[in-house]
Amino acid sequence: MAEIDREQLFKVARLARLELREDEVDRLGQQLNDILAAVSKVSELDLSDVPATSHPLDVVNVWGEDEPRDCLPAEEALANAPEREGDFFKVPPGGAV
Amino acid sequence: MIDTLRLTAEGAKDLLERKEISGAELFAAYRAAIGERDEELHCFLHVCDDPGGDGLPIAVKDVIGTKGIPTTAGSKILEGYIPVYDSTVVARLKEHGLRILGKTNTDEFAMGSSTENSAFGPSHNPWDPSRVPGGSGGGSAAAVSAGMAPWALGSDTGGSIKQPSALCGNVGLRPTYGTVSRYGVVAFASSLDQVGPVARNVRDCAFLYSILAGRDPCDSTTVELPRPVELPTAEDVKGLRIGVPKELNEAEGIEPGVSAAVQAAIAKLEELGAEVAECSLPLSVEYGVACYYLIAPAEASSNLARYDGVRYGYRAAAEERLEMYERTRSEGFGDEPKRRIMVGTYALSAGYYDAYYGQAQKVRTVIKREHDALFETFDALVSPTSPTVAFPLGARTADPIAMYLCDLLTIPSCMAGLPGLNVPCGLSEGLPVGLQLVGPQFGENTLFRIGHALEQALGFDVVPERLR
Repeated sequence: MAEIDREQLFKVARLARLELREDEVDRLGQQLNDILAAVSKVSELDLSDVPATSHPLDVVNVWGEDEPRDCLPAEEALANAPEREGDFFKVPPGGAV
Repeated sequence: MIDTLRLTAEGAKDLLERKEISGAELFAAYRAAIGERDEELHCFLHVCDDPGGDGLPIAVKDVIGTKGIPTTAGSKILEGYIPVYDSTVVARLKEHGLRILGKTNTDEFAMGSSTENSAFGPSHNPWDPSRVPGGSGGGSAAAVSAGMAPWALGSDTGGSIKQPSALCGNVGLRPTYGTVSRYGVVAFASSLDQVGPVARNVRDCAFLYSILAGRDPCDSTTVELPRPVELPTAEDVKGLRIGVPKELNEAEGIEPGVSAAVQAAIAKLEELGAEVAECSLPLSVEYGVACYYLIAPAEASSNLARYDGVRYGYRAAAEERLEMYERTRSEGFGDEPKRRIMVGTYALSAGYYDAYYGQAQKVRTVIKREHDALFETFDALVSPTSPTVAFPLGARTADPIAMYLCDLLTIPSCMAGLPGLNVPCGLSEGLPVGLQLVGPQFGENTLFRIGHALEQALGFDVVPERLR
């Protein structure tokens, strides 16, 4: 199985919205490669005919009634906001995303 | 004088009903025990005042949302977060009059097997404070064993209820997937997460499960129990067929003292009337951990995307939005969530999905089929819960993979959505050994029956020797 190199490590970190500190790059890279080597064991098995299990119970299509209910008042929904303006969560501007 | 080390929830309920003690006295007795022992054991991240009433007190793992009470999931990223609504399980506790004593310590986002990944420092094992209580729910398990709560709620993704109960010497149930609501519970790996009870004996565990279980319209994965919970009374296990999967009982790394205690308990089950036979789970044990450590991190990477500094929790100062997201998450998450987010993001990224997450889901089918086949012959499977007794703090923190192997024996049945009960079965090196009973889906009543009979026959003293 392919090793994650430094460039890939930064790419995955960007996808995960994590900023890597210089002092954690080497250690994290090594640990990720060790973990991926261990979990790659799953590829030893030929399972081309086996269906995937995404959920252990045979529950399908659970429908709820479409009826209006009270939701959280704005004050409560905003109670834990790090920053707010009126009834909005406030975040810093723009930046390339 | 209320002896909280020995009092069961059922016993406390009797005392309250006979008016031998008041609700206030009972709550105060647990608060006094917390005051006396928690400085050393650090089981609680938050302790509550008595809300009044005559209900039983209970401790709640800090991944479970509690209205008006801080809920951190052991993470700095949720420090100061106070839920504005109750999780369904907590609402159910309150409907039964139960009173929350406090929130218990956990590995950050329930990711770990020792509580050493908690951002707020580890908990300690009441049998030997230089050792871990197990994890992630080490705070709940240690609090119950140290008489700081009659019972507690835990949550289990790959062993976080059963393994700490094994290491602390009490009873913990990971319920059948889908029987207990996760609404309002901090999500880790949604196809695996289950909330369940931790207690001093099997009857208390069964009673607490009866309060928790059932369909919740707010969690579409939940179902109604096909049969009501039965509190066990029988002292024998006549007519029950118990399988001993050799891979779960002979795995490399199982300590001889653990093996000996479990073998003795299995012999006891035979004496109590069970038909015991060896059986095999050839692929489940060999591939279980690898399967789990793909599926759980993949789902965690998705679930933990919500911690972005926008709506709640920690936010780092930054000029621009992307910088704010990245800095918040990098400063807010500890090492283990970061590792798992990275593994999960990689395993789900374009070009790798089929080889990792997709393949792991197929392995999951294989694991489920192996277990289903055994339950055509057996009513329950038995093995050690943890390969080892409680290990010293710091012994495994440098090597993530060594820590992952703590869950070698609990993971396979979790992958298959099956219930598992830990029952203490003896001591090794003066520390508790846990026996794991696994049943078919919705097989909890059988597990309670076996666990109760075994508990009566073994007479294991759940009070840590140093506290007697």
